[in-house]
Amino acid sequence: MSQVANYFVKLGRSAIDTIGAVGQASLMLFGALFAFPKWKNVRLTIAQMYVVGVQSLLIIMVSGLFIGMVMALQGYTILVNYGAEGSLGPMVALSILRELGPVVTALLFAGRAGSALTAEIGLMKATEQLSSLEMMAIDPLRRIISPRFWAGVISMPMLAIIFSAIGILGGHLVGVDWLGVDSGSYWSIMQATVDWNQDVVNGIIKSFVFALVVVWIALFKGYSCIPTSEGISQATTQTVVFSSLAILGLDFILTALMFGIN
Amino acid sequence: MTSRKTELLVGIFVALAIAATLILALQVANKGMSGGGETYELTARFDNIGGLKARSSVKVGGVVVGRVEKIYLHETDLIPVVVLRISEAYKNTFPDTSSLSILTSGLLGEQFIGLQPGFIFPEDIVRISEDKVCETTDKSDCPYLTDGEEIIDTKSALVLEDLIGQFLFNQGSE
Repeated sequence: MSQVANYFVKLGRSAIDTIGAVGQASLMLFGALFAFPKWKNVRLTIAQMYVVGVQSLLIIMVSGLFIGMVMALQGYTILVNYGAEGSLGPMVALSILRELGPVVTALLFAGRAGSALTAEIGLMKATEQLSSLEMMAIDPLRRIISPRFWAGVISMPMLAIIFSAIGILGGHLVGVDWLGVDSGSYWSIMQATVDWNQDVVNGIIKSFVFALVVVWIALFKGYSCIPTSEGISQATTQTVVFSSLAILGLDFILTALMFGIN
Repeated sequence: MTSRKTELLVGIFVALAIAATLILALQVANKGMSGGGETYELTARFDNIGGLKARSSVKVGGVVVGRVEKIYLHETDLIPVVVLRISEAYKNTFPDTSSLSILTSGLLGEQFIGLQPGFIFPEDIVRISEDKVCETTDKSDCPYLTDGEEIIDTKSALVLEDLIGQFLFNQGSE
């Protein structure tokens, strides 16, 4: 009998913990969202954009180039069977703009910048820097969390746009310059097919949503981690795992909303 | 302090993002060309539109002159009505007697509307130059296609199943 009771106690405790974590995370998000309009924070945000955005630029650009090149190569080998290699342009452009651009950027961003944010804030917590800030009457949400949050949310859509543009140019490099697809048909059929609002803007909206989720998870995992070396490593792992799962799950929902019904 | 260098690099990052947006807007989506420009409207009824969709192109001898605005079913006649938007650059260009047909680009390509320009009677040419019938407010006398006009002569999309059925029927009757 007591075993059954124990089971329910465990269930109840985990439910309370989960709801508590969601509440804490929401409070942290609220604190970060409304701490922006201060000139000093803008400077801090720009400094964080360097860490989060500029330093991610290399991996994003190289991945974009290679993914575009692989898309063109794979697409060409299939399309050439039907004599439809002219459709290579829209194939590369649509798959990168709608899916690969936002999703791969978000996954790379979670691995490259999200994990770093969690580890940084986790270590700040473990070495009691956050508590020290509070002792000095400086709100760590405002000073530490908010600039990082905004830097991530601003940087990631920009990274996704750069990824898409370089991916499409990479597709041109392989499709046109190497495999000999006509350059005119690569661009013109792409231009006839790709719609600014439907494809480009929806891709940017997607990556904006991913940015919110990834940065939120990364910051909350760091802010709420167990302040030991083990706890930090666990939190960092969880950031990458949870972010990746959230990105892929949300991607399906967003795709269904944007492109599914019509 | 390396703050200035940081700000410089962030500035370059932002500039790069703006450049990428411009590439996507102009080179990939061709926003500048497709959205703008004055157009006029034509309607046409077809028996069967096949795979025609809104935003499909209208071509004259392969040159794109407009796009399909929308497609709907006529309320009482129950046949598809297609609304076309033709670029204002081709105003007073296509005669009333022009015909439309739904064509397919290539074997697996998408469907588009082919506009076959018709002819103009010699006496109409005289009327245009002398009576200026195309420059008055009432366009009904104008021998060219004008805003809101319906094109009567249309050919439906080729439906493969019908074609095969016809072929088998002809074979049987021989």
